[in-house]
Amino acid sequence: MRLTIKTEELRDELIRRVEDLSRQSLLQCYQCGKCSAGCPVVDEMDVIPSEIIRLLQIGRLEEVLNSKTIWVCASCLQCASRCPKGVEFSNICDALRQMVLRKRLSNPRMDADEVSAIMISDAPQMGVVAALRKLNG
Amino acid sequence: MEERIGVFVCHCGSNIAGVVDVKRVAEELGKYPGVAYSTDYTYMCSDPGQTMVKDAIKEHNLSGVIVAACSPTLHEATFRRAGRVAGVNPYQVEIANIREQCSWVHQGDKEAATRKAIKIIKTMVEKARLDEALDPIAVPMTHKALVVGGGIAGIQAALDIANAGYETILVERGPSIGGHMAQLSETFPTLDCSQCIMTPKMVEVAQHPRVKLMTYSEIDDVSGYVGNFKVKIRKKAAYLDRDICNGCGLCMEKCPAKTTSEFDEGLAQRKAIYTPFPQAVPNKPVLDRDHCTYFLNDGKCGICKKICPVQCIDYEQEDEIVEDEVGAIVVATGYDLYPIENLGEYGGGKYPDVITSLQFERMLSASGPTEGEVKRPSDGKVPETVVFLTCCGSRDPEAHMPYCSKVCCMYLTKHAMLYKHKVHDGQAYVFYMDVRTAGKGYEEFYTRAAEEDDVLFLRGKVSKIFEEDGKVVVWGVDTLAGRKVEIEADMAVLGLATVPNAAAKDLANMLKLHTDEWGFLAEAHPKLRPVESLAPGFYLAGAAQGPKDIPEAVAQASAAASKVAHLFAEEEYHREPIIAWIDEDTCAGCRVCVSVCPYDAAEFDVEKGIARIQEAICEGCGACIAACPSASAQQRNLTDEQVYKMVSAALEG
Amino acid sequence: MKIPYYPGCTLHERALDFDVSARECAKAVGVELQELPIWTCCGAVFPLVSDNVMEILAPVRNLAYAAREGDKLVTLCSFCYHVLKRANKVVKDDPEKMEKANLFLRADTEAREEVESYTRKDYEGQVDVLHYLEMLRDVVGYDEVKKKLRRTLDGLRVAPYYGCMLLRPKKEMEFDDPEQPSIFEEFLDTLGCDVVDFAMKTECCGGFQIVADEDLAVQCSRNVVGSALKNGAEIIVTTCPLCRYNLDKKQDEMAKSVRGFKKIPVVYFTQLLGIALGIGGEHIDFSDNYVDPRPVLAGKSLL
Repeated sequence: MRLTIKTEELRDELIRRVEDLSRQSLLQCYQCGKCSAGCPVVDEMDVIPSEIIRLLQIGRLEEVLNSKTIWVCASCLQCASRCPKGVEFSNICDALRQMVLRKRLSNPRMDADEVSAIMISDAPQMGVVAALRKLNG
Repeated sequence: MEERIGVFVCHCGSNIAGVVDVKRVAEELGKYPGVAYSTDYTYMCSDPGQTMVKDAIKEHNLSGVIVAACSPTLHEATFRRAGRVAGVNPYQVEIANIREQCSWVHQGDKEAATRKAIKIIKTMVEKARLDEALDPIAVPMTHKALVVGGGIAGIQAALDIANAGYETILVERGPSIGGHMAQLSETFPTLDCSQCIMTPKMVEVAQHPRVKLMTYSEIDDVSGYVGNFKVKIRKKAAYLDRDICNGCGLCMEKCPAKTTSEFDEGLAQRKAIYTPFPQAVPNKPVLDRDHCTYFLNDGKCGICKKICPVQCIDYEQEDEIVEDEVGAIVVATGYDLYPIENLGEYGGGKYPDVITSLQFERMLSASGPTEGEVKRPSDGKVPETVVFLTCCGSRDPEAHMPYCSKVCCMYLTKHAMLYKHKVHDGQAYVFYMDVRTAGKGYEEFYTRAAEEDDVLFLRGKVSKIFEEDGKVVVWGVDTLAGRKVEIEADMAVLGLATVPNAAAKDLANMLKLHTDEWGFLAEAHPKLRPVESLAPGFYLAGAAQGPKDIPEAVAQASAAASKVAHLFAEEEYHREPIIAWIDEDTCAGCRVCVSVCPYDAAEFDVEKGIARIQEAICEGCGACIAACPSASAQQRNLTDEQVYKMVSAALEG
Repeated sequence: MKIPYYPGCTLHERALDFDVSARECAKAVGVELQELPIWTCCGAVFPLVSDNVMEILAPVRNLAYAAREGDKLVTLCSFCYHVLKRANKVVKDDPEKMEKANLFLRADTEAREEVESYTRKDYEGQVDVLHYLEMLRDVVGYDEVKKKLRRTLDGLRVAPYYGCMLLRPKKEMEFDDPEQPSIFEEFLDTLGCDVVDFAMKTECCGGFQIVADEDLAVQCSRNVVGSALKNGAEIIVTTCPLCRYNLDKKQDEMAKSVRGFKKIPVVYFTQLLGIALGIGGEHIDFSDNYVDPRPVLAGKSLL
């Protein structure tokens, strides 16, 4: 695998948009990986949280937007809570989700029409509302 | 006499010249009244630069010199020396700071920066015009040093000062000297036994004819100034006469009261009457009244007193204040580990098998609580898997300390290696962020641990540690593999951040020494004066100034000692003459100056009915000058007239 | 003492067992929870992106309603508490967002008369959002609670599950130490329970992911339940309907992947409090619990 780093990709406006939306500075991350180490849903991720930040640092936005990771995050905020540099991955993740959802691109993980009848009739309302807001825009 | 001032504008490479038009500045100043010569040069502080100044003084018969360059804290002394050599009184050589106060802060506006540089220099010309020729003030000096802190840095500093021929008092808060180094097992990268190289030094300093060792003692007060400090040292009550005690140890053997041993980091017990460790210097106990049965139970016990063959136990003993005079003070108050309680994600100290690096040192030490065997605290089992964590509280600006503690990479590598030497089948893991091995032989040591001792280094930080089913479960990450890592270990060792000794912070406050925001003592200049404090007469050694390993601490201690010897090499101490004086003709004797002087340098002369400044004490702070209602108090070479002229020059145009 | 109370949607309907037990317990310790005359959904999530003012409107509107009733607002559901508290902080710390939110509130007022009487004034963060546990500890006092107990829950081994939303982010929630919290333990201690310390008490239950990806959420909740069981718990208590759902109702799914999985009841903390306060009958209702806590409670003679 080879990566040709292009300066214009590093300076991609959309990556600055991720920083603005998430209020996080990507270069503040020094890649200790503590976010990944404590993530409760990391098993289901294809790219671990610290790698998502790394990919953004080196200009690979597309790869990140196509990752399964951003839909797996449950916003439990453990990553943000423990980050030694105060980088809140949970916010970055939300920003990435929003970038996909606001373009009205389909969410590969959840369609509003497909929320199961059991969930509608059984799960706490807060869970259904939260899921729709987080994962369906 | 018509003054003849020379102006020398330094480029400081591109530091100044990159922003300020130095040619134009020199040219403008050349036209200024009183300036006989003006020029510029790339590096005025260099040898050719200084020669240029000296030659110009002679050639143009200069009466005063302005060097427009960096801050006077850097090179004022340099150019004053050059002036003296060439025949200008050093106090008629002035620095105009056009770097820190001009080029560095106005990089965006070259024109304005150039104009400001010209003004700054003109103000200094105005000052120099009225500068008097002064001589340093000679004051008597006590050729005796005080070293605070009896760890390796303090011991080394005391030895070096004493060996240079000066009396030295070494004060240590604890019952024995030795500090943290005495707790260590073996030292990186050579694996020397710490005790073996440490104890001879402890004995040497204790027996040195010029060293007065005061253990179990604290600094109560320091007054005076460089060359002439008065110190009050509190000898804490040990409840026994340590001069009479022969160190037989019977009292410790028979004492019924136990508490946890500080020296063994809580892994073992000690008696209430105790020496911290068998090789303690002095090898005489102290009685800890907070844990003593006699004191806790209204005099019901007294076994030590009954059994002591030389009858040195004295329950009535009180703290004793010893007063002394010294000329210089070396502060070597050392470090503490960052509290494990602050690392809640690693259990905050609630898991017995998640231990600190110093606890592991005690465990590895042949004289430690397990006699050098690695046994985990919960059940005494030999751990088959041990995880070592770097950066526990270091490099964490969000929640803990932002700085690198510098020694943890190396000592944890050593820990992992020594563990493998003792438990051959065991597996050691080290979680690291960057293995920092900048030291002689350090990289080779790290390589050896990884390649020969099969220590597995995992790049990433641990997020959580918990104990479950008798295992210490570590949730980490291997960022190189891109995976979360879970290890079921038997024990975890935390490389906790190095922080300044808690008690040392109070001492620094008392001595009014500058510290950084974390409490480490600040050096006078980070590069060029790394072992001196900004306060004259105070020198720094060891981890009190910042995290450091043993060789660095020793080197700094020797450097501090050489600075002390340098100071003591003169019979008298020469003080700066830029101090206050009082015009006897106009002084009305109101004594405002006496009341505002923070150094008690202003005194009232009852016979003459006027105030007077004691030259040996005045620090030149200017408080009396601002307070004096009749302007009788004036600062030498910074008189009201000079200040007014400088202000006018600055406001002109 | 009357304190304004925000139940939130879930407690209003599917978690009535939580709501009813909480109101009854409050009465028993001398507090009348006064439900806000008007309230809406809090939105369930706090927006983590900087440009989303819309999602703070609902919580700010509810806070504005609360401001008409008093200077405190008590809530129970972890999500509601989280969203209200953080939105309140946004209003206090970010004048621009405060202004925007109030702009909408004013528009609202013009449109709807019945709201007008409640939001005549701009909302500037004047309400103190309290969790019910904080109310018990800081307003009533655990000592006072203890005095009102009819029985203590001696010998009941209880694992307090905090979850995520109460504790994080620490700087905004200011609820407790996010790694080693104690408010819940102190509460259970007051009731006389044997508090079970377990490593997963602040780990995620899977949260809203239960709706999108059941396996993912079950993986999380199994981790939490498993840890409580390993440490000898007989019962888990929560402060959140979603946590309760994930930890309780998904135990059959958890059992599928863990050999010898033992079921454990999960109840709201107010239900245990109710038992200790001697509140009985329909007010302490366990009919919605998937794993029935009654056998365990009966075993300790607590029913």
